[in-house]
Amino acid sequence: MITKTDVRHPIIELSLARLREWVREPEAIFWAFVFPIVMSVALAVAFPGQGSRLVVVGITSEPGTRNEPGTRNAGAALKLRAALEGVEAIVLRDVSAGNELRVIRDGDVHIIVVPGDPPTYRFDPDRAEARLARLVVDEALKRAAGRADPWAAREEPVVVAGSRYIDWLIPGLLGMNIMSTGMWGIGFSIVQARLRKLLKRLAASPMRRSDYLLSQMIARLAFLAPEVAVPLGFGALVLGMPVRGSLLSIAAVCVIGAFTFTGIGLLAASRPKTLEAISGVLNITMVPMWVLCGVFFSASNFPPAFQPVIQALPLTALNDALRAVILEGATLAQVGSELVRLAVWAVVTFLLALKLFRWR
Amino acid sequence: MSGVTESHAVRCAALHKRYGDVVAVDGLSLTVQRGECFGLLGPNGAGKTTTIEILEGILDPDAGDVEVLGLTWRTNAAELRQRLGIQLQDTQLADKLTVAETIRLFRAFYHRGQTVGELLRIVELEGKRDSWVNKLSGGQRQRLALACALAGAPDLLFLDEPTTGLDPQSRRQLWGVLERFRAAGGTILLTTHYMDEAQVLCDRVAIVDHGRVIALGTPQELIAKLTAPRVVTHHGTLEDVFMSLTGRHLRDNED
Repeated sequence: MITKTDVRHPIIELSLARLREWVREPEAIFWAFVFPIVMSVALAVAFPGQGSRLVVVGITSEPGTRNEPGTRNAGAALKLRAALEGVEAIVLRDVSAGNELRVIRDGDVHIIVVPGDPPTYRFDPDRAEARLARLVVDEALKRAAGRADPWAAREEPVVVAGSRYIDWLIPGLLGMNIMSTGMWGIGFSIVQARLRKLLKRLAASPMRRSDYLLSQMIARLAFLAPEVAVPLGFGALVLGMPVRGSLLSIAAVCVIGAFTFTGIGLLAASRPKTLEAISGVLNITMVPMWVLCGVFFSASNFPPAFQPVIQALPLTALNDALRAVILEGATLAQVGSELVRLAVWAVVTFLLALKLFRWR
Repeated sequence: MSGVTESHAVRCAALHKRYGDVVAVDGLSLTVQRGECFGLLGPNGAGKTTTIEILEGILDPDAGDVEVLGLTWRTNAAELRQRLGIQLQDTQLADKLTVAETIRLFRAFYHRGQTVGELLRIVELEGKRDSWVNKLSGGQRQRLALACALAGAPDLLFLDEPTTGLDPQSRRQLWGVLERFRAAGGTILLTTHYMDEAQVLCDRVAIVDHGRVIALGTPQELIAKLTAPRVVTHHGTLEDVFMSLTGRHLRDNED
């Protein structure tokens, strides 16, 4: 019989089917596009430029409630207030004595100053912002008390685009998003198809099993483009993140990363028979990577003994490659070792998935 | 491709299959001729589905020989997949694909076959062409599953309880599609626990119980074998045959 014009290659049809199912699922669109934007906006609000950081100083306003030397002096409180009020970087809060521990714990104030002569500082020395607050307050009070500086250094503010936390963060979020959208999308759709016995039906047809798994990867790529473009564009245009690498290199890194996490998603979904089981497998796979792989803070915070493991994880490789290409303008050759690590993960997990996959 | 004298569409001998302690198929043998419609009739749990899935190459038997269209699963799986049409029990096709998209997908797996438009017409779903699968009635879903099974113009159609749960009108509509497939020379092996379905569609019926064939013949032969007018005061049915053989009703085991 003649091949009819409306018959396309199975990989094309399978990829189209996957894509259609995906775009017809409103929740999927939310997680892929809206969520990263909401996340970026929230972070932009939470982490404004470092220059505008304020020091929040609490003043206990109930003199006499404590049996400490000097607190009986009500005039000391007024003097203290006057000395700190004029300082630009300082915001003052009144703190009642009973609330001191709570506001420090919650980070509502960075330091508490107890009026007196001399005043008392209460702060948590383990917190960077508290140590900074101590310096700022100490400087302001001593200056008000008449300290004379022997000299004043000349200051040259240097603002380097790309050195802000938000600039560092966005590529990490991008990497995390490529991981989670890929793995959740693949994992759930496959386990659902297994539950509905659709996989069994497909396996009973002449469909090549590798075609099915490959088409999951290909369909994943089609919805990768907008998913990467939206947060990247938002970061560059709204938040002013520099994009120094070529768009082609960035795209290449994203595509390789997406392949990797589709492979891992296929492997994760190769056996589970219930949605609960696949959720567990995905969480166990992804949550450690959120923590270890430099999404919110640098992976170098972990001790050297952890580093070999951390460097071997695919999300570390993807995040490092994205940061190097986006923020430093690295070429693909310069992130070659990361890309090789990603490719190895992609190939090995795909082949394992093909071998372990349960069709019924 | 097709063997020269391939009179048997299906032949299996001494099939055994157990799941743990449960013996699902216990030495079952049967032969289906080309061009006939053959029914496996029995209550739920009789081993019908296990048997048909072994013949479909989905399950491996613990013991026994299977030959389908003169080929074996061990050596000719790829060719067999191309020449068989399969409808499984309770497959749910993708909810958010349309009827035409679903058929087009299955059609893409086969080297030969009719167009999507022709398949839609055969199963009488032209009007539902662009409806999502989750908007279809039970009967329409079964006809869509049948269209997927027919997508490769199969020589042999395996159907596992094709009309379970359907209303009478939907069942008759589906029977019509199957009768036209037969008329065009196709072979069908189906399982059912509806004796009326077996009586309407099947040339021959094997009554299966506890993984074994306990009676085999045309529906008329089986009914005629009923000796006792004590059972049959009305016209005999396959239900009566089953009862006289086992002392149970066919649908006793239904949930």
